[in-house]
Amino acid sequence: MSVADIAFYAFAVVTVVAGLMLTISRNPVHSVLWMILSFLGAAGLMVLMGAEFVAMLVMIVYVGAVAVLFLFVVMMLDVDFAALKGEISRAMPLALLIGVVLIIQISLGIGAWVEADGALGLRDAPAPHGVDNARALGLILYDKYGFLFQIAGLILLVAMIGAILLTLRHRKDIKRQNVLQQMWRDPAKAMELKDVKPGQGL
Amino acid sequence: MDGFLDTGLGTTLLIAAQSLLIVAFVMISLLFLVYGDRKVWAAVQMRRGPNVVGPFGLLQSVADALKFVVKEMVIPAGVDRPVFFLAPMLSFVLAILAWAVIPFDSGWVLADINVAILFVFAVSSLEVYGVIMGGWASNSKYAFLGSLRSAAQMISYEVSLGLIIIGIIISTGSMNFSHIVAAQDGNWGLFNWYWLPHLPMVVLFFISALAETNRPPFDLPEAESELVAGFMVEYSSTPYLLFMAGEYIAIFLMCALISLLFFGGWLSPIPGIADGWWWMVAKMWFFFFLFAMVKAIVPRYRYDQLMRIGWKVFLPLSLGWVVLVAFLAKFEILGTFWARWTLGG
Repeated sequence: MSVADIAFYAFAVVTVVAGLMLTISRNPVHSVLWMILSFLGAAGLMVLMGAEFVAMLVMIVYVGAVAVLFLFVVMMLDVDFAALKGEISRAMPLALLIGVVLIIQISLGIGAWVEADGALGLRDAPAPHGVDNARALGLILYDKYGFLFQIAGLILLVAMIGAILLTLRHRKDIKRQNVLQQMWRDPAKAMELKDVKPGQGL
Repeated sequence: MDGFLDTGLGTTLLIAAQSLLIVAFVMISLLFLVYGDRKVWAAVQMRRGPNVVGPFGLLQSVADALKFVVKEMVIPAGVDRPVFFLAPMLSFVLAILAWAVIPFDSGWVLADINVAILFVFAVSSLEVYGVIMGGWASNSKYAFLGSLRSAAQMISYEVSLGLIIIGIIISTGSMNFSHIVAAQDGNWGLFNWYWLPHLPMVVLFFISALAETNRPPFDLPEAESELVAGFMVEYSSTPYLLFMAGEYIAIFLMCALISLLFFGGWLSPIPGIADGWWWMVAKMWFFFFLFAMVKAIVPRYRYDQLMRIGWKVFLPLSLGWVVLVAFLAKFEILGTFWARWTLGG
């Protein structure tokens, strides 16, 4: 067994075990932490497959930003675990039914799956020789599919503007900081020095 | 011997030995960094600083570390034990992990990967978990508030750090540190380095690095006057030592990043003098000295101003700079001044 094999099994076991613990752990914060470990294991597997650029992006975007948001939200939640457990046992038969149906569907789908001609060949040589995968991805995204990429970006931008517009409200009844005004304030005008004589007061 | 190193066991041992060497370098540097940090503040404040343990107090950090290790560990009631102990270990291990891709001389690097910058960036974005987990698991309001502040601050400043780094990547055409340093080589010594073409970004990077590592003037997460010690309030003994060490190692890593990205890494500033690892180490120490000076002479920021400067000043500036550098490098304005990738790095 080479070093790469050992690394593969380590990452694979970590990913699967973390995924399992994510679903069975009682504490939602622990669940999110297990999910993060599972992401990291998946990133490690991607590095072993030679997709180090995608692996790093997964770590930066999903682990470094999206999961932090998850963690924040879950930490702020005030969940009553006992009530939650009662709910789960009531919904268990339905959940099992859905799970069984899903497994049947997936196994039917995999059973009827035929590989297209040439798909294997494409899979073996994802990038031209001597081109690292950051460059290969860049060539595909920005040169070959540049127009589509721009349109995808535009759609995301519109969605972002829409989200901001929907949630933006300007509250008038709160105090605001005007930073520029604070910075340009003149100490000579803002303060008045009084010379107080002992025993007299102002 | 050569044959043995090619086998699986030999490779493993070789990597382990190299890792050990880097960890040893980082840990020994850490001891003297903490000492140097305290001496610099003491000099600025006209005090003597540590001067009792060893000659000139040089062994003060060793004594402090020993003291932390043998102290009693206080575990507050109601902590989430696994997460409580995982947090300091995580922040320490991640701080060291990023050193795997930092080169000290040409070829002196543990993992010479082509996405090295992204790796450092990914690891430093993971460091936020040590802070959040520590604050949450402590089951204390101060700690939780401190960790929230710290996480928001680290995420905000990571954005501008990332954009500044993208400018460097555009100039170099590679994400490998060795290529980035090689692209700064030339006949003009220090005027070939990236600090000149990327001049405004050096300042932004330095300030963002201060905020990213929770150093003063941006040490709001552990603002003593409001939050006692932020997310570390409930920690004592060795876990506290690990948090502290992780923080210092992260700062030292930022010094290494500034040296590599903007100041030529191991290249000599004057043409004709040999390049070598000593330049790299000297530059890292110099930037650490600047970090220490900033801590000594700059007052603490207000939290809303910190967020404002991150999102409303640094982010637009660095984003605009990326667009500008992309333009300047693409059309090769001033020859290879920005477009170092045309030199075939």
